Amino acid sequence: MTHVLDPDALSDGARLLAAPAPPFTDVTRSGSAFRAFLHGLPGVDQVGAESRVAMLGTRSIKTTAKAWAIDTAISMVDLTTLEGSDTPGKVRSLAAKARRPDPGDPTTPHVAAVCVYGDLAGVARQALGDSGIHVAAVATAFPSGRAGREVKLADVRDAVANGADEIDMVIDRGAFLAGRYLDVYDEIVAVKEACARPGGHGPAHLKVILETGELVTLDNVRRASWLAMLAGGDFIKTSTGKISPAATLPVCLVMLEAVRDFRAQTGTQVGVKPAGGIRTTKDAMKHLVLVNETAGPDWLSPDWFRFGASSLLNDLLLQRQKLRTGHYSGPDYVTVD
Amino acid sequence: MSSLFEYAPAPESRSIVDIAPSYGLFIDGEFVDGTGEPFTTVNPATEEVLTEVSSASEADVDRAVAAARRAFTRVWGPMRPADRGKYLFRIARLLQERAREFAVLESLDNGKPIRESRDVDIPLAAAHFFYHAGWADKLDFAGLGPNPRPLGVAGQVIPWNFPMLMLAWKVAPALATGNTVVLKPAETTPLTALLFAEICQQADLPPGVVNIVTGAGETGRAVVEHGDVDKVAFTGSTEVGKSIARAVAGTRKSLTLELGGKAANIVFDDAPIDQAVEGIVQGIFFNQGHVCCAGSRLLVQENVHDEVIASLQRRISTLRVGDPLDKNTDIGAINSHLQLERIRELVAAGEAEGAQRWQPVCDLPERGYWFPPTVFTDVSPAHRIAREEVFGPVLSVLTFRTPDEAVAKANNTTYGLSAGIWSEKGSRILKIANQLRAGVVWANTFNKFDPTSPFGGYKQSGYGREGGRHGLTGYLKGATHS
Repeated sequence: MTHVLDPDALSDGARLLAAPAPPFTDVTRSGSAFRAFLHGLPGVDQVGAESRVAMLGTRSIKTTAKAWAIDTAISMVDLTTLEGSDTPGKVRSLAAKARRPDPGDPTTPHVAAVCVYGDLAGVARQALGDSGIHVAAVATAFPSGRAGREVKLADVRDAVANGADEIDMVIDRGAFLAGRYLDVYDEIVAVKEACARPGGHGPAHLKVILETGELVTLDNVRRASWLAMLAGGDFIKTSTGKISPAATLPVCLVMLEAVRDFRAQTGTQVGVKPAGGIRTTKDAMKHLVLVNETAGPDWLSPDWFRFGASSLLNDLLLQRQKLRTGHYSGPDYVTVD
Repeated sequence: MSSLFEYAPAPESRSIVDIAPSYGLFIDGEFVDGTGEPFTTVNPATEEVLTEVSSASEADVDRAVAAARRAFTRVWGPMRPADRGKYLFRIARLLQERAREFAVLESLDNGKPIRESRDVDIPLAAAHFFYHAGWADKLDFAGLGPNPRPLGVAGQVIPWNFPMLMLAWKVAPALATGNTVVLKPAETTPLTALLFAEICQQADLPPGVVNIVTGAGETGRAVVEHGDVDKVAFTGSTEVGKSIARAVAGTRKSLTLELGGKAANIVFDDAPIDQAVEGIVQGIFFNQGHVCCAGSRLLVQENVHDEVIASLQRRISTLRVGDPLDKNTDIGAINSHLQLERIRELVAAGEAEGAQRWQPVCDLPERGYWFPPTVFTDVSPAHRIAREEVFGPVLSVLTFRTPDEAVAKANNTTYGLSAGIWSEKGSRILKIANQLRAGVVWANTFNKFDPTSPFGGYKQSGYGREGGRHGLTGYLKGATHS
């Protein structure tokens, strides 16, 4: 009867949604318990986090290491188009590029996924066929997340029905910043259930977008990361790309520390996806160094680390060409989307 | 640890430095041969002999002091302070222009990673000259009394751990306050000081204002004990510091000593753990632990001990030990065979006294002087590794339960140079900092240096302050602190 003193403790059975995995099964037993848990996570010193990424930014990645990093980064790209003006033609064109990023060099790896709005997931599914490239769809009233729960869940089910393998949801930042962590948790759990796919397929993978540009502090980033992982997110993702700042290295550092610690304590590995603002090969390399020296090599695969990006791919391709030919050519030597 | 992502070698080119087959002393604006027995300096990462260096005899030191006296009386002392400032600005700019050359040479001669010589030692050395250049014409308004006057000739002896940076810490304030100097660099790391002599020539610094005499302990003794030296400034071991204090006692010389340390780095249970772990690593493995203010005693609150140690060991396993000139190296070579022996002896003593030694799996180069990053747990305050300065990459971990116990253990040392506090609670940081008897207390960071910040110790860590407004007083007559 230790819960009696919890003012907002819910009676048994009042909570219908899934509890987190052990050893954290009881942390969501009440709003105050969950709050105490999230606020009990070690703090993040912003100055220290920034100096750590600055130091890692000086790593010098050359020759064979660079070649490996470029190919790995290409294979981690979620090639993205999220515009109101998107058309089926644009998505098909993007899918063609995803399959063969550099038409002049068949040794170039394909990207990890194509990321679109849910209504175009079917077009992407058809265009990608059995290439092994995933279809990712943003859902839950992306990017603001401001809609009723049922609308968000319908959005998810629609995207899954259209053939999405991965759902990129947004959390309710309003609820998070107001301290209603259980509401945010419950919504992620509900979305995860809505990711179920019929016919023997496993559920669509769930990426949880924290929109760190709106959470502002690194303490919040760590709390939101843990919240999303406890709720069953398969990936935690920095940003929608619609808010500035989007992905930053300190934010990515904190999220990588979170997935590392989460696996150490639960045995469950969760992926990380920085998205928005990563445009150059150098940015991508800095992220890969961060992964390598923070979460570790186990995360250095498209199953566990992705780049949400559109223009990044072309710079990676140009740098890849440069390694082969010795010179960096211009934008006419890679394809527009 | 083999990894998917093996960083290919990324060596900084050493072609930028041009090491002569032999070097003389720098006296009165010129390079001259010393009359003592020449000695060699080696690259500690490979044991390759870099060059031969003159050794200054007592007669050579006498010539250097005479040159410094002449320059002080005739040129540098009477010079308009603003003009002295101009020379210092010029030196600072030249240091920046030739920063890469200095960084490579420092890493070759000292063994420290190029990342540190490039990003810390040399930029900070230039910053010290810029900072003190600004003071040169403002001393009357520095709040140090109505008419602060230079002391005269400063005899300065510096250590091998930050050869160029320690030179800057000594030379910049001395020159800014109107003194002239005779400086003796450490015998294992004389090369950047000799390159600095070239900078003095390039800057047209009047002859005799800076004199550099290389050599071993005997040369240092000749500098310190010379009758016409007005000021002695020494950075190095407490043992040598004590003998200097004895030699200077009863003379008119003023003395600044910056000696050893055994700093406590205190981690409370409400610390930002990941950043604290970075700070512990930075505190003890920066410059291979060859740092007088190194955080060599980790005091960790008992209830987070296991978590912190596990995190720390994981982090240490990612440190890259090897070629100092590789841009991705985190830990370079131990500076000398002598120092390596000292480290080995204390590590053996730690094991013999019952502390638990932990080292990551790491391949050390076959040639050269190397020691892996080392952590001792189960250390008792009575163990030698908890009391004596190792001056190497060796961390001793102790625990505490209450803030009072942390303070008591932190202060239970004959030293008092620096300390660190890790906590997210500001009030705790302020309270503990006031109770620590250490010259520098870092909060949620470690081993951060800035020319504006005074640095110096309590107890056997020495006396006097270097850097900041406080540091000026050590080179001025009639300076009082307000």
